[in-house]
Amino acid sequence: MSEMVSNMELNCEGLNCPLPILKTKKAIDSLNSGEILKMTATDPGSVNDMASWANRTGHELVAHTEESSVHTFFIKKK
Amino acid sequence: MSDTKKLAIIASQGTLDWGYPPFILASTAAAMDMEAVIFFTFYGLPLLKKEIDAKVSPHSNPAMPMKMPFGNKDFKSINWQIPNVISGNMPGFDSMATMMMKETFKQKGVATIEQLRSMCQEFGVRFIACQMTMEVFGFEKEEFIDGVEYGGAATFLEYAADADISLFI
Repeated sequence: MSEMVSNMELNCEGLNCPLPILKTKKAIDSLNSGEILKMTATDPGSVNDMASWANRTGHELVAHTEESSVHTFFIKKK
Repeated sequence: MSDTKKLAIIASQGTLDWGYPPFILASTAAAMDMEAVIFFTFYGLPLLKKEIDAKVSPHSNPAMPMKMPFGNKDFKSINWQIPNVISGNMPGFDSMATMMMKETFKQKGVATIEQLRSMCQEFGVRFIACQMTMEVFGFEKEEFIDGVEYGGAATFLEYAADADISLFI
């Protein structure tokens, strides 16, 4: 996938549940509506957790990719 | 927002293992735009102390895996079978198990209880300390972190009556 443009990058690699979610929430709060957050994580649980978090909060999980155990999420703030 | 979901938790245990779930769930709920309240009672009260001194006791948790946080992968994966007569009687055994659990959590990138607790407060999770058990066990407000509310069963139930999720931990 070609690189998406993001307004902010957040590295959660090496962190375990629930830290990637908590840090994503803090980062999203600092963005404006429509801006994109790029978050990377190595916690395999973050795949389902990020989808659930996005479902509940209404922020849009635009893309998710995985490369050598690193998950990259692009989230658009509602 | 009227459709905000509400989480109500009673934290009744203050050991290192049982201290985690209330803070994990409440901070995550807040991160998911829910309202959350934790009511600390009985042995959950020490979780509000400025410095948390929570330990874990393998003796009272027979299913707890006993693994080493150091050494190579094969060594780490050994589940040590410690007889109860040792885990229950050897001085310092709980402290050793606590140290090992904390080290393993750190290696796995798990937050400390203190970190999760301060994130809860940052996200607006309300902490209520049970006034009655404070009196019984002799806790003073000065021992606790700032931002704690004080109340009893009715205070918790008033909130929990409208909660979507209620948990006793």
